[in-house]
Formats: sequence, structure tokens, C-alpha cells
Amino acid sequence: MSGARLCVLGAGAVGRSVVELAEEYGHTVTAVADSSSAVVDPDGVDAEAVLQRKSDEGVVGEADPDDAVGGAYDVLVEATPTTLGDAEPGFSHVKQGLERDKHVVLANKGPVAERYGELRELEADSEGKIRFEATVGGAIPILSTIEDFGPTHITAARGVLNGTANFILSRMAAEGLDYEHVLAEAQDLGVAEADPTFDVEGIDAALKFVILSNVLADGDQEFTLEDAVVDGITDIPGTALDLAAEDGRTIRLIGESTPEGVSVGPRLVPADGPLSVTGTLNIVQLETTHAGRLNISGRGAGGPETATAVLSDVSRLVD
Amino acid sequence: MSDTGGEVQTHTVRLELVDEPGELLRALEPISEAGGNLLSIYHERGNLTPRGHIPVEVDISCAPTRFETIVESLREAGVNVVQAGSERYDEELVVILVGHLVDTDLSDTLKQIESCADASLTDLSLSAPRGRDETSSARLRLKTRSGTNGDALAKLQEIAADKELQVIQPLTEASQ
Repeated sequence: MSGARLCVLGAGAVGRSVVELAEEYGHTVTAVADSSSAVVDPDGVDAEAVLQRKSDEGVVGEADPDDAVGGAYDVLVEATPTTLGDAEPGFSHVKQGLERDKHVVLANKGPVAERYGELRELEADSEGKIRFEATVGGAIPILSTIEDFGPTHITAARGVLNGTANFILSRMAAEGLDYEHVLAEAQDLGVAEADPTFDVEGIDAALKFVILSNVLADGDQEFTLEDAVVDGITDIPGTALDLAAEDGRTIRLIGESTPEGVSVGPRLVPADGPLSVTGTLNIVQLETTHAGRLNISGRGAGGPETATAVLSDVSRLVD
Repeated sequence: MSDTGGEVQTHTVRLELVDEPGELLRALEPISEAGGNLLSIYHERGNLTPRGHIPVEVDISCAPTRFETIVESLREAGVNVVQAGSERYDEELVVILVGHLVDTDLSDTLKQIESCADASLTDLSLSAPRGRDETSSARLRLKTRSGTNGDALAKLQEIAADKELQVIQPLTEASQ
């Protein structure tokens, strides 16, 4: 495997893990930037020192973030926070990378969910390619599986792609507790964020299923978050889970993607079926044209997990 | 990645057999040959279908993919399979309604569902532990005609939306 030079944008959990693990994958990080600072070294930055500085001082170095994007590298890793609508600044980062004929690997869902067509146009005019395995289901190889089968051989994708909502629903069902109780517990455990809106309202899951639909439609149609029918889990009382359990079922926040559309909402599923994963696990079912149903499950979030998907994408681009 | 075909589940197959010696055995052979575990056989002797056949209900435990193989091999063996999994003539639809069920006149809601959604209610379970002021839940088991679950669900959503109730629906079509 030939090593690539990486420019990592974003120093959150995913960006930091990419910096930390890149060497193990045979790659060299030549630039790291967060929203206000950057460190650039064509020979490779000192990963440990950069991460230490980020945690001590809240900056990664002395340089300007623009120096990182404009520096010397083979693959740009876009791991800044997901934003909706214009998906900035992530979209502009990807654009700059592609315009410089660099490959781009995204962990940021915004550009792929909200401006998929534009991304593909930029890619068509570039020597560089984009990959975004990390945007859907963290460490689980969902997009590369679809790529291997070919999008036309997958008729639908459905499943659980938000660990926070799944944790809350599975705890509510197991303990007979109300939503508010379990949410507070999830926040204490760090499973839910202080503002859990994205997760519990189904927006995070919807972005992932929008990306899946974009991939499955293979250019025939483009989807954005606005096209998705989205329901969250905030109004589900414990009694609904009790009634489901009496009937051998449970409730999970399930998304469904087809080349025609996207929906996310609480659904009744068999309690012992493959979709009723517990805790923060994720699962995706792919319906194939000739090979029945595939179930792929695993850890759908987390720094090292998501970084694993990023680095696999990097390796695919430069091998 | 899993290729085991999913968890072992109980499946029910309804068969119609010609009233001749050996027919039942002939119908059961493909099931055991394909690796299905026979749980129970309900042989309704004396109860003839309109076509003059004997209805038999067989419960099998096996993985979903194996179940498909079993149904196929039954059909290949010339056994008349009238219901198998999602291909049932009388489909069942289970939904949970959430909201102010009592204040929004539950019996009227149910009446509307039965008339507009072309479904018949076979079971209702209501859970309203905090009295009528708070959100309550109801589980409805409905019988629908084969292939109409999607339409019934769409109607149900409309009826629920009018009363600001939330419908927690099962996954649709072939997805179970």
C-alpha cells in the first residue's frame, strides 16, 4: 500500500482520531486545521504534539486554516461539523480540494446530503475523486458494499443509523422508563449530546438515508433533507413500548431509502428480529436484486470507528 | 456481515390438501427435507374448503431464508400453499396509536378506521396509565385484504393526522 499525504480539516472526535491513526495505515498527515488554527508540515506533523496542543490550548498550531487547504497533500479529509442547507464551510473545503485536483474523503454529512449533485459535478471536472463511507454508519462498510454490488443491484436500504435514538428506545423498552428519564441517563453517559435535537428528531438518521438514496439513485435523481419524511422519537410514551412488547414487537427509529424516496420514523419491528439492535449499535439491511437480503451491523459512531472508515477510503483512493 | 438468513422464527403455512391417503405425509416431507423444524400440525379434517379440499395449518420454526426455500419446494412438489408469511390472503396489520386517544373519541377513531381504511379491527389494547389528560397509547390489530396494507396505512395516517395522533406503523410491504 502506498502512503498518502493527508490534510485533515476538523479537529473534533473524528478528525483527531484520523490524525492519531493515519500512521498505522501507512499515511502521513501533512496538515491539520480546526476552525481557527492550523499546523502544516510537508514532512508530516507530530500527531501526538498536535493533539496535545488541541486539548491543552484549543488550537492545533500557529498557521491559518487556509494554509492547510492550500498546502501539499494527496487527500483532503473533510471532518468539520455537519451543517444543513448550504453545508458550509464543508462544501467549500471539498470544492477547493477538487479544484486543486486532490482526492477528498468526507466524514461530514452536510455536503453529501444537501449538495450531492454539485459535488458530483465538481468531481467530474477534477482529477480528484470523492469518497464518503464515514458519513453513513461509522465503521460499517455500507457504501463500499453498495459500490461492490453496484447501486442498480440494490433496490432498498433500511435500518437503524442513529445510536443515540436506538439507545434511548432500547433502554425505554428494557427498563420501562419514560423518554425524559432515559434521555438524561444517555446525556450522563455521553451517549446523547447536551442538545440531542439532531439525534432524537431523526435528522441525523435522515441525512444518512438521504445519502443512501443519492447513492442508490446513481445520478437519476437527487435528494436533500427536504425530500425526506422525518419523524422523531420525542413523543413516544413508555406505554407504546409496553404495548409493542406484549405483542412480541418493539419500536425502533427506522430509516428507509429507495431510489424513489427517503423516510425516517419510529416503526414497529419484531423484538427478536435483526432490526431490533440494542444500545448504540447500528444496522443496515440491503435488499439485493439477486442475492436476497444483507444485514450489516456494527458501531455507527465514535472517533476511532469513524476514522477507520475515513482511512479505508483514503487507502482505496491511493492504492 | 450476516449470511445466516436471520434469526430462527416461527412461520405458519396454510395448505389445502386433496382428501386422499398419503397426502399429508407428501406435504410434510419437503418441510423436513429443507431443514424446517415442525412445531405443530393442525389438520382440519371434516372441515372442507369451498374447493372441497382439507385445510391444514403447519407451524414451522426456521430462519426466514430457509422458509422461502420450504415454500418453494412445497409448491414444486405440487402442494397447494394458500398462505405463507406475507402472502396471506387475510393480512394482518398491527399499529400503535399515540396521543390524546380518549379526548379525541377513540370509538369514533376506530369506526373511521374500519370504514375508511377497509380494515377490520380484531384486537385493541389501550394503555392510559395517567388518566385522560395525558398521552396514551393503543395497539390495534387489523385484518386487511391481501396487498392493501399500504393503502390502509395511508388512510390510517390521514385519520390520525386529523386528530393529531401519531401512528407507529410496521415496516411496509416486503420489508418484514
